[in-house]
Amino acid sequence: MDFLGISLPSYSLETVFGSAISGVFLGAIYALVALGLTLIYGVLHIINFAHGTLLMLAMYAVFFLWSVFGVDPYLAMLIVVPGGYLFGYALQRSVIGRTSHGRDEIILLTTLGVSIVLENFALFAFSANERNVQVPYDFDGIDLGVVYIVWPQIAALVGSLLITAALWCFMRFTDTGKAIRAVAKERQGARLMGINVEHIFAVSFGIGTACVAAAASLLAPTYAVFPQVGYLFVLIAFTVVVLGGMGSFVGALVGGLVIGVTEQIGRLYLGESLGLITISAIFILILLFRPTGLFGQRL
Amino acid sequence: MLEIVEVKAGYGHAKVLHGVSLKVGEGELVALLGSNGAGKSTLNNNISGIYKPFAGSIRFDGAEIAGVRSEEIVDRGLIQVPEGRRVFPNMSVRENLELGSYRRATPNRARNIDRVVEIFPRLKERFDQYAGTLSGGEQQMLAIGRGLMAEPRLLILDEPSLGLSPLLVEEMFALIQKLRAEGLAIFLVEQNVVQSLEVADRAYVMENGLITVEGPAQDLMHDEELRRSYLGM
Repeated sequence: MDFLGISLPSYSLETVFGSAISGVFLGAIYALVALGLTLIYGVLHIINFAHGTLLMLAMYAVFFLWSVFGVDPYLAMLIVVPGGYLFGYALQRSVIGRTSHGRDEIILLTTLGVSIVLENFALFAFSANERNVQVPYDFDGIDLGVVYIVWPQIAALVGSLLITAALWCFMRFTDTGKAIRAVAKERQGARLMGINVEHIFAVSFGIGTACVAAAASLLAPTYAVFPQVGYLFVLIAFTVVVLGGMGSFVGALVGGLVIGVTEQIGRLYLGESLGLITISAIFILILLFRPTGLFGQRL
Repeated sequence: MLEIVEVKAGYGHAKVLHGVSLKVGEGELVALLGSNGAGKSTLNNNISGIYKPFAGSIRFDGAEIAGVRSEEIVDRGLIQVPEGRRVFPNMSVRENLELGSYRRATPNRARNIDRVVEIFPRLKERFDQYAGTLSGGEQQMLAIGRGLMAEPRLLILDEPSLGLSPLLVEEMFALIQKLRAEGLAIFLVEQNVVQSLEVADRAYVMENGLITVEGPAQDLMHDEELRRSYLGM
């Protein structure tokens, strides 16, 4: 096969299909990281630069729960998800909200500052070494014929779908969820209905952080932990958020899956490093035709 | 019920209110009239706890509420329907009404929704539509309906007739009269002088952050000086 003068290897349909399937599983993780990011963007209208760093911290939490206390990384979710919520809530309420004085550009820089501090803390406390959670089942899985899927991949996909669905229901059917949506579009109106806007900001930040904490649990069995691990996911998660439509949950999920599949097929044809170019290519292509993203609201 | 004494307020260094005093009694309909920029909305936002006055006292049911957080003011039953409606455009009519009872009267939500759609049958037709897709008049009905969901003890209506067609303005004032007849205390902030005076018990006129005229609505209606200088009649 020939593409723009570059000769591409040709693969059987099964191989391509197999790549696409493993892309779905990878995309599920991207979606979950993007979910928290898109929620925080949708409500606070800020890009949270600390998101990747919070993912990294949560992955360390999962790692230490496993290495020190022998807690299974999936079971660790019961601890890191509430922990992530509380940490995110406190971080927003005590640092980000307090320093912002209501100005978005300051919030942006504060999240960047928080991420630098936390990352260097991790470097200092945990060193730059990669660490791995080892679970007895990490190579077990099912053979789909075209591709072999391990249980951690299945857990990541199922976990992401369940968490997205749960968050969607929460936003739709609970008073707090409705208050979050109200604050996202009409702060003054929300305040006059007795909604504590500062509290809702912190709740949103907490839920966003809880999402990355869940992602950390789902990632731990397959990815090594090191202080910069967050960037691996969060840069792609930014792409997913914009691609899916900023602030849209369904967009985050579909965008994550699109990027995951694109990346895996790109890697198959163009190799491990050049393959990542396909992410940018599909990103530009989609935005050319849908400037507000796949599920974005019209501006 | 609501008692405002010598309130001075504004934004940062800009003083808007230079010592405003007024009262709203139990079950009373009091109108605050004034042109754009007189400070009417500034006063409302200080009453509702969005801003904290520089000086003076705002008492509701005898308790000081100047500088108290807005959610606590909602808890007490002082509900503002803001200028420009400020409905939640990304949410359905139903959800907007539900959030009206976010802090107050939450257990009576279902019953109060029935009551609101009885007052505004139009909202029933638009029940699952996004509030952002409603017409201006429908949004105003929704904003008032949302305010009623909290079972207000005192309802502040900030320019409810703004941007409505003459027919809808008539309808709006008929509704205000009806709510008042049910015993609800209303603080009506308006530019629509003649119609406000027709429904109000008492009225205040605000100019440049000061109350310049006050009295029973009927008297103001026939006040030659006011008619000439302010109403242009």
